[in-house]
Amino acid sequence: MSTTSSTILNLPDQKTATIPKMNYITKEDGLWSWLTTGDHKRIAMLYLISITFFFFIGGIFAGLIRLELLTPQADLVASDTYNKLFSMHGIVMVFLFLVPSVPATIGNFLIPIMIGAKDLAFPKINLLSWYLYVFGAIFILAAMIWGGVDTGWTFTTPLSTHYLNTNVVPAALGVFIAGFSSIFTGLNFIVTIHRMRAPGMTWFKMPLFVWSNYAASILMVLGTPVLAITLTLVALERTIHIGVFDPTLGGDPLLFQHLFWFYSHPAVYIMILPGMGVISEVMSTFSRKRVFGYTAVAFSSVAIAVFGFFVWAHHMFIMGVSNYSALVFSLLTMLVAVPSAIKVFNWAFTMQKGSITFETPMLYSFAFIGLFTIGGLTGVFLGSLGMDIHLTETYFIVAHFHYVMVGGMLMAFMAGIHFWWPKLVGRMYPESLSKLAAVTSFIGFNLTFMPQFILGYLGMPRRYHSYPAEYQVLNVLSTAGATVLGVGFVLPLIYFAWSLKYGEIAGNNPWQATGLEWQIQSPPLTENFTETPIVTQEAYDYEWLANKTQHEVTTVG
Amino acid sequence: MDNVTVATETHAAHEEHHVSLPQHRHHFETPEQQREAGTFGMWLFLLTEIMFFGGLFFAYLLYRNWYNPAFVAASNQLNIPLGTTNTAVLITSGFFMALAVWAAEVRKKTFLVATLLLATIFGLVFLGVKYFEYKEKWEKHHIPGASFDISEFVNPPRDAKTGKPVEEPLSPDMAQKTQVFFSLYFAMTGMHALHMIIGVGLLLWLIPRAQRGDFTAGYVAPIENFALYWHFVDIVWIFLFPLLYLINRHPV
Repeated sequence: MSTTSSTILNLPDQKTATIPKMNYITKEDGLWSWLTTGDHKRIAMLYLISITFFFFIGGIFAGLIRLELLTPQADLVASDTYNKLFSMHGIVMVFLFLVPSVPATIGNFLIPIMIGAKDLAFPKINLLSWYLYVFGAIFILAAMIWGGVDTGWTFTTPLSTHYLNTNVVPAALGVFIAGFSSIFTGLNFIVTIHRMRAPGMTWFKMPLFVWSNYAASILMVLGTPVLAITLTLVALERTIHIGVFDPTLGGDPLLFQHLFWFYSHPAVYIMILPGMGVISEVMSTFSRKRVFGYTAVAFSSVAIAVFGFFVWAHHMFIMGVSNYSALVFSLLTMLVAVPSAIKVFNWAFTMQKGSITFETPMLYSFAFIGLFTIGGLTGVFLGSLGMDIHLTETYFIVAHFHYVMVGGMLMAFMAGIHFWWPKLVGRMYPESLSKLAAVTSFIGFNLTFMPQFILGYLGMPRRYHSYPAEYQVLNVLSTAGATVLGVGFVLPLIYFAWSLKYGEIAGNNPWQATGLEWQIQSPPLTENFTETPIVTQEAYDYEWLANKTQHEVTTVG
Repeated sequence: MDNVTVATETHAAHEEHHVSLPQHRHHFETPEQQREAGTFGMWLFLLTEIMFFGGLFFAYLLYRNWYNPAFVAASNQLNIPLGTTNTAVLITSGFFMALAVWAAEVRKKTFLVATLLLATIFGLVFLGVKYFEYKEKWEKHHIPGASFDISEFVNPPRDAKTGKPVEEPLSPDMAQKTQVFFSLYFAMTGMHALHMIIGVGLLLWLIPRAQRGDFTAGYVAPIENFALYWHFVDIVWIFLFPLLYLINRHPV
């Protein structure tokens, strides 16, 4: 397809393109117009700024943890400070970064556009959910400033209800409020996807990104309220001793574990599913092929969401659940590996015989697939009873979930932000620098967490600030890796900020991708489309795109 | 073929059709779509509410199985006449709410305001009765905490005529577990009452708007969706009442 600037109407050549004068950013000026906006794209940007802020806060805690673990002795911080560091790292990263990461930013921006809608179904609730996020975050920040909280991110009872004098209630309240932010986001997505699709946009023409966010939304809507009631009970237990989790009054701390993990295990799928959606889009675009087994990938998202609700007790194998239930939950846990594997195999087959190019989003996606597979497979180790008893509460667990959450989710988030950055702001990021960042974070990540698998296997427990001297070599490697990883994450912050002003102008469809979002101007208009699109093409139909481009050339030229 | 094209004609037809409602939001193609989306959103929200209460029901189920005698004895301490009255009061309030939806749909403003007011009043009566029930618990030292008193369960009062205890006495250990029942009783009915208070607050916001005629000119969504919420709160009580008051009830 030849695209010269003189003949193209809708797809200006990147060299001569200009940023459209009217777009969602220039529509209104001033901070107030942003803080009161109903536009899903602006709210997405508000989210992007806030979660980036908290990502770096959480990152600083991670850096301090790694610094302390450089030496076997406790020399940087006292043990209770160390406990606060890893608790705050976990709480900030899970509730203020990972859960909202892809859905609230990229999802918020793109889901209405991808299905051909003008906005999410409830713009005001969308804005409300950002404010709830901010209020929740303020409570968590306040808990930090008042002296921190050291329960671990799990708020485990009776530790959190009886033994700690830290700011458990403000932190739990913050998580409770932020939880409602995620409930409302999920609710908005589900209603939008059901009710707002453009004419012709059937369920099986939707991009897989929409499918995976839909599945994640189901989890948000069904799981998060259980977390809310659990944290309410923890707060009541702590303040007025209602005894539901207190054995001396007849309560049972294990009930807390059941309720907490009933949310928090699906929560890991809330975090990973939208990331998987990003990978489907990126894989297809840079292989120039329809995603292999579209329907299987779509249903595997839903299958992960459904299975995800029936595996929570695998977090409790050593906590005195009955052998039979441990057995059943072990089996169910392995079942979740099936839809996850379907996705990985289908991405691999998408690349087969495709014309693959190696832009930055694709590099991040490669990282995702490799690291997620390692993270997922070690999850199967942990799901099998015998291994789990050996490995629970060791660094093996820490490495496992960082492989899924950082190696998987964060890489997917980076892939998505790079992929859609031209659409978000209308300008390209610098390509070579971003490739450097992708490679740096991949190397840094493996250097950080691969040694932790070995440490865990050798028996180093998590959540201690000192350790026997023979573990030092691996810990030094890990800390060195964390430094490299840090560089890999600071770099994008710098060049994305740079590209806002100096980046090359992207044009409508810099990747020649097929989604509806690429057929409109970048950055989009406030109402997204000038006319409601009517969809007849399948998702990822590159022939359709070529024809469309051809058609435009002939009409105009 | 260029498939992302204008549906100019259909679009224009829609515009013509439905410009009437000032509450129509620009991002919905039609008011029907808006109404459906709103109702669907409300149902989803109620689903999250079910999950929220679900945690408490799960706890109830678990401890009821573990401490059955304590739960039976403690549930006999609840005031059935007041609970029954409250159930009737709440259902009546729900009945008026259903009438309010009908009134909005057939655009009868005065009737709508009247039914909303009645729904509010019965809601407040419910909360008032609940206050007296809680007060009774306070007087009998059945509020979990330092002042909680198990003596009544260890040494139940004797019947004046037969001289037999009115209840099966519990061992002190099991009697202690009645506290779990009362904790759950207060958590569940308290959470329910909190939803009632929020509902009454919303009603007090809806009534002046109904008085202004906002909902009797074809835009009934807020009334309809609030009614869903109000009925949901009713239904929660319909489950709470038998579980907390009636189950294992036996004649004294």
